[in-house]
Amino acid sequence: MRHIYTWSAIFAIVFASVVGDVLLSHAMKQVGDVGDLRRRAGLATVIGRTLGNPNFFFAVASMAAAFFSLLFALSWGDVSLVAPAAASLTFIANAVAAKIFLHERVDRRRWIAAGLVAAGVALLAG
Amino acid sequence: MNFRKYLVLAGVTVFAVAGDSMLSHGMKQVGSISIHHLQSVFSAVANPWVAIGILFLLGFFATYTNALSWADLTYVMPATALGYVLLALVARFVLHEHISPLRWIGIALITAGVGFVAGGPPLTEHPLGEAAKLTEKNAEKNHAAAVASGVES
Repeated sequence: MRHIYTWSAIFAIVFASVVGDVLLSHAMKQVGDVGDLRRRAGLATVIGRTLGNPNFFFAVASMAAAFFSLLFALSWGDVSLVAPAAASLTFIANAVAAKIFLHERVDRRRWIAAGLVAAGVALLAG
Repeated sequence: MNFRKYLVLAGVTVFAVAGDSMLSHGMKQVGSISIHHLQSVFSAVANPWVAIGILFLLGFFATYTNALSWADLTYVMPATALGYVLLALVARFVLHEHISPLRWIGIALITAGVGFVAGGPPLTEHPLGEAAKLTEKNAEKNHAAAVASGVES
């Protein structure tokens, strides 16, 4: 049973992280380069525009869900299973989601990178 | 890419690995959470390691948000993985732990992956697409904000 809990928590982490990452990336592209924005309009504008973005709000909620799923997963399963499994699955899922939802040009270079990093994380923390 | 942007990516890496390590250390002290008392996960926050870990993860979030404002998600992601390499190197050279050959292969794969991505452009350019319009709109908004706050751009 414990096994099922752990893997359910891992999938919850992956799903919530991917949703959070995609929303956050989208929100911050809407805000624009915060470095430039701060120089032009000041820090208050940067903070105001970021916090005022609804996508940012949903991204944070999603990441909070991922965070608590991580706490559950860590309490049920070994960190040596949970961390690499969640991280490497998130890498692959993020690359797919970035291509579909953010229309990022995930060229061969980035696919290879996502694969290498996911494999590397699995080996390193496994 | 300038020095400031590399510094932000370095922050993403360091904060992520420091936060995760402290969190995992803290959760080991907290112990297993019963499926019948899921709400006890909130009391885990009272553990000092978990609390400090959360502070570091807030630092991670700030730098990550900053990075995503000028780079693609698929560009920033590998930077977070570099933290695992950092962690392994600290374990080997500071804590003098043994690193198995499989883990060295893992380090090599992540490093290669990060190298692959870092060699390409950080942001997808959409010549006539959504992002280009977005950038234009941002430029206008930024200009308006700059005028409003009286800053010469």
